[in-house]
Amino acid sequence: MKVLIPAPLRSYTTDRNAVEAQGATLAEVLADLDRRYPGIRFRMIDEQDAIRRHMRIWVNREEVRTLEVPIAASDEVIIIQALTGG
Amino acid sequence: MAEKTVRIPVLPKAATGAVALLIATRKGGFVLRSDPARRRWRTVGPMFFGHIVHHMVLDPRPKARRAATLLAATSTGHLGPTLCRSIDFGRTWKEAAKPPAFPKAPEGQKGRAVGHTFWLTPGHASEPGVWYAGTSPQGLFRSEDDGETWSPVSGFNDHPMYGQWTGGEQDGTPDGPKLHSINVDPRDPQHLYVALSSGGVFESIDRGASWTPLNSGVLADFRPDKYPEFGQDAHCVRLHPLAPDILYQQNHCGIYRLERPKRHWVRIGRSMPKQIGDIGFPIVLHPRDPATVWVFPMDGTSVWPRTSPGGKPAAYVSRDSGKTWRRQDAGLPRSQGWFTVKRQAMSVDSHQPVGVYFGTTSGEVWASRNEGSKWACIARHLPEIYAVEAVRFVS
Repeated sequence: MKVLIPAPLRSYTTDRNAVEAQGATLAEVLADLDRRYPGIRFRMIDEQDAIRRHMRIWVNREEVRTLEVPIAASDEVIIIQALTGG
Repeated sequence: MAEKTVRIPVLPKAATGAVALLIATRKGGFVLRSDPARRRWRTVGPMFFGHIVHHMVLDPRPKARRAATLLAATSTGHLGPTLCRSIDFGRTWKEAAKPPAFPKAPEGQKGRAVGHTFWLTPGHASEPGVWYAGTSPQGLFRSEDDGETWSPVSGFNDHPMYGQWTGGEQDGTPDGPKLHSINVDPRDPQHLYVALSSGGVFESIDRGASWTPLNSGVLADFRPDKYPEFGQDAHCVRLHPLAPDILYQQNHCGIYRLERPKRHWVRIGRSMPKQIGDIGFPIVLHPRDPATVWVFPMDGTSVWPRTSPGGKPAAYVSRDSGKTWRRQDAGLPRSQGWFTVKRQAMSVDSHQPVGVYFGTTSGEVWASRNEGSKWACIARHLPEIYAVEAVRFVS
């Protein structure tokens, strides 16, 4: 499926704002994403598998809070970074 | 533990040639390069523009065929932390394959997550490729492959006393509690010291497998028990490389000196002028004279402004192990200079006379090429400075 990448993470995707990844759950999609773009997952998911404080992930139009969310091949995963602070 | 000696071995030759200052800031990394006389400086950067750079450290251990490894601990306000490596003095960087991270907690238990890597220390000279990292929240990590992959030092991170030693979030600095001041005994790679802010100083004689608090004599005036076994707020601890039984500590509650094998710190800051006090963040040591030490005092009264006392910034030097102190403010603002110098933001080179350097939270870098006798501002308008490391310039 298509995964939309926010600007701060595009250094991992050679500046591409949309990439392909595969998996039956969000956890699998992110693992696949990390195989293709090593290091990208840890910048948005911590070592306890929690989505980091300023990262937001949507599957289609629904925001998800855990990684154990089923994903279909036709779904779109949207990763957004919530900017705060100075 | 290897047999200890306070006798200084053959005094190393003073360094010559150009100096580089590795400047870690809230918005990126910079390198200030000097000419061989250390009179003129050029600012190069930014590297990691927009990223928080917590510490940049060059490996001092000689390498046969390539430049020494330069490590940078970085994060952003929003992305998770990482760590980058350069083997060409910062021209190109590669992200570590496995940056410091705590193990995943068993199902149903709350695990820790590294907020940022705060402190980097190269390992013992006999262990090329070994590095240590201190994180926020307090964690100790070790790399054996020159910073490419990092493993938790379980002896500390999973110690049964970890929770009591480190306290809670409220016991740390405003941007999170930290493990810092990782010192490796140059005589013995198994002998380590670390410091916690908060928590105090801890020692291991078995490469980190076990730890004991080392805080006797150190005040914790923010607790009902003023001299606890642990729980002090160590700001910066340095071990002298040529006299490794001598440690200096700038603490939240004063300046201290410890001569091993004693376990009781002596508050050498009591001889500082009363109107200045002995509170501050950094402490740096003369590379060849264990009796000489510099501090940069700050205002630790009332709500802790953490700026230069009275708006009159000055370093203080002691040349007699803290018995007496001398103010060093020539060239610094005479008034309205509200400097804050963080714990990693002061450094010395190995020249003769020694160059002393500090960076401020307002983005200025100040240098003295005569051991603090006279200061000059060598960079301004940089982002908030977190760390300064003086190293030999590698072209």
